[in-house]
Amino acid sequence: MEPVHIDARALHYTPLNQQIRKAVSEGATEIIVDNVLGQRFIADGLKGEVTIRINGVPGGDLGMFMSGPTCIVKGNCDHAPGNTMDNGKIVIHGSAGDAVAHSMRGGKVFVRDDIGYRGGIHMKEYGTGHKPILVIGDNACSFLGEYMAGGVIIVLSKSGNTFGGRGVGSGIHGGEIILRGELKERQLGVGAKITEFTEKDLEKISPYIEEFCAYFEIDPEKYLDTRYTKIVASSSRPFAGKYVWE
Amino acid sequence: MSLGSVPLKYRIQIDRQQCMQCMRCVDNCSYGVFREEDDGNILIDSRKCTACHRCISMCPRDAINLSERPVDYRSHPLWTPEAREDVINQSRSGRIVLAGMGNAKDYPIIYDRLVLDACQVTNPSIDPLREPMELRTYLGQKPSKLDIRKQENGDIELNTKLSPNLELQTPIMIGHMSYGAISLNAQLSLAKAAAKTGTYMGTGEGGLHKDIYPYQDNMIVQVASGRFGVDINYLERGAAIEIKIGQGAKPGIGGHLPGEKVCTDVSCTRMIPAGSDAISPAPHHDIYSIEDLAQLVRGLKEATEWKKPVFVKIAAVHNVAAVAAGIARSSADAVVIDGFRGGTGASPKVFRDNVGIPIEAAIASVDQKLNDQGIRNKVSVIASGGIRNSADIAKSIALGADAVYIGTAALISMGCRVCGNCYRGLCPWGIATQREDLVSRLDPEVESEHVANLINSWTLELSELMGAAGINSIESLRGNRSRLRGYMLDEGTLDVLQVKPVGA
Ligand code: SF4
Ligand code: SF4
Repeated sequence: MEPVHIDARALHYTPLNQQIRKAVSEGATEIIVDNVLGQRFIADGLKGEVTIRINGVPGGDLGMFMSGPTCIVKGNCDHAPGNTMDNGKIVIHGSAGDAVAHSMRGGKVFVRDDIGYRGGIHMKEYGTGHKPILVIGDNACSFLGEYMAGGVIIVLSKSGNTFGGRGVGSGIHGGEIILRGELKERQLGVGAKITEFTEKDLEKISPYIEEFCAYFEIDPEKYLDTRYTKIVASSSRPFAGKYVWE
Repeated sequence: MSLGSVPLKYRIQIDRQQCMQCMRCVDNCSYGVFREEDDGNILIDSRKCTACHRCISMCPRDAINLSERPVDYRSHPLWTPEAREDVINQSRSGRIVLAGMGNAKDYPIIYDRLVLDACQVTNPSIDPLREPMELRTYLGQKPSKLDIRKQENGDIELNTKLSPNLELQTPIMIGHMSYGAISLNAQLSLAKAAAKTGTYMGTGEGGLHKDIYPYQDNMIVQVASGRFGVDINYLERGAAIEIKIGQGAKPGIGGHLPGEKVCTDVSCTRMIPAGSDAISPAPHHDIYSIEDLAQLVRGLKEATEWKKPVFVKIAAVHNVAAVAAGIARSSADAVVIDGFRGGTGASPKVFRDNVGIPIEAAIASVDQKLNDQGIRNKVSVIASGGIRNSADIAKSIALGADAVYIGTAALISMGCRVCGNCYRGLCPWGIATQREDLVSRLDPEVESEHVANLINSWTLELSELMGAAGINSIESLRGNRSRLRGYMLDEGTLDVLQVKPVGA
């Protein structure tokens, strides 16, 4: 089937999503949406195997509750792409705002450049096959991976500036945050700790780095070494010792 | 020097003459109060007792006696035994005191100082036996006006686009109690009861277990900050979606299910790792303003193609009316106000007993504010937190609520004795526990009948109360504060409630 073209110029997000849903229900496997300018909730709650190419800048909550589709954005993204996403992929050729991949519990988000605050907050994994992945090409702001309960966040700092934020992994009780370069203890949040990044870890994250690099035509070799810092939870029960019975 | 131990809270005694040593008490007490000795004698460790009454209700000979606080302290009006014991507990532990169920302080109960009206000679009361009483309630946005046109063939055409509403056969719903906090059998009992009585119940923030799927048309699915159990299938299954911002038992703080309650089944339903603490902190990390809340409301509606009402639940706190007015403008369809008597599985005691305001005042001020701003039709108002009987419901509705959520009352109808130890996961009634042997004590068939009976009897009483007041439709009771009078309430409270004093 030929790709379906949708012109989003001056279109509200509801009719835009209705057109996308209609195309998907009619069997479209590729949808190209042009002239996107701030429409929120694109592909919100959408299911299926479709690829949506978004030309422009989508508004907040791109791919929220999405389960299956791939969204490729040629442009920047507003806040929370991948919010509570269940499955699927979001590839952003640019930067994104705060709370990227909020509560994501499956699927992958790749951001070529930077993201804002609270990236990967509440990301969780469970059972088998529910493991969210967030890869950031350049840098993230503070409070990365707060309350994280699973999945992997990778920050490649490709421009060479190492991660400067603080509060990394506050309240983390599962999953891994992997940052290129060094991280100071004082940048960690409550409940997070630094552990050694080993060859084995590299083996585990290499496929995600390679996938990331393939999307953005970057040579992966430069990133396939062990110059990373790995942050994990100091306990899966961070608040177990905080309470006493009445 | 050691602080020593504080006295027992309860003393359990067995009347040895009555006792036939059947050992049911030993089997039934999950806290380990009773122990069978080799000689067949029963040893008692009263210190472990929580006053859950399980042993008493199961003893075939009525041989067990429970008395509260058998030891006196030197009496003191300020330093009550409880205040002193909390200090000792915290001096020893350095921790936050955790407590279960609702606010346990002796605040005056406004409901009990409000009296309802009844007709006398000048206007007649209505006999609900003979006259139809309309208790059907619709929750959701109502249009401010209807655009009706008459077609050429005489048919009437409605041009106004109506928002999706929930249809309830009674204004009584069952509040959100999550799988994890309560057992699956408990949730199943409540869900069956909701279906039987034509009403709805909340999933809480624990996701929707597949055993509850048959009752999904009667379920309101909840979205809390940790987004437990939330995916598109969950949202699509619910009859409505509720965003939980706050809760009456612990306003301003989040939920926390301890890791030991997160078994594989709970883990899959909540979509979180097994054995880890389930943490949903107070703030939603994508909500920092009313505009952000509106974004989440619309995000949920967009995901479900604008087919489902979206509720927003907040705790009753200072300025609750202004917050509710913001919610009404956020495209939400109902605002749930949870008063400071609201129950919970676990809350820091200091929050449970000291934070928030009474539901009666909150409902009245929210209803008034929405009316003053001309937006009452934009949102339904649901009252919850400490509703104990049908009179409380009638009063809530007269103060301005469209419907109520009941929580603790529904649990009591399944056996709960409000012992307040839910957070320990040992509930002997099979309610607030995941321990299989305890869960199996609760039979969903039997208990759903009890819950349904409670809702039905309160619904009957409501129609009697309405009939006595000459009202045959719940709509006419809503916000009808002239049907209330305040007895021994101060002027300030009467002013907030917009209720006249008795005699006026
Ligand atoms: S905890 Fe409950 S069952 Fe055990 S002795 Fe006390 S009242 Fe009886
Ligand atoms: S649910 Fe169980 S533990 Fe909680 S108050 Fe009721 S009887 Fe006690």
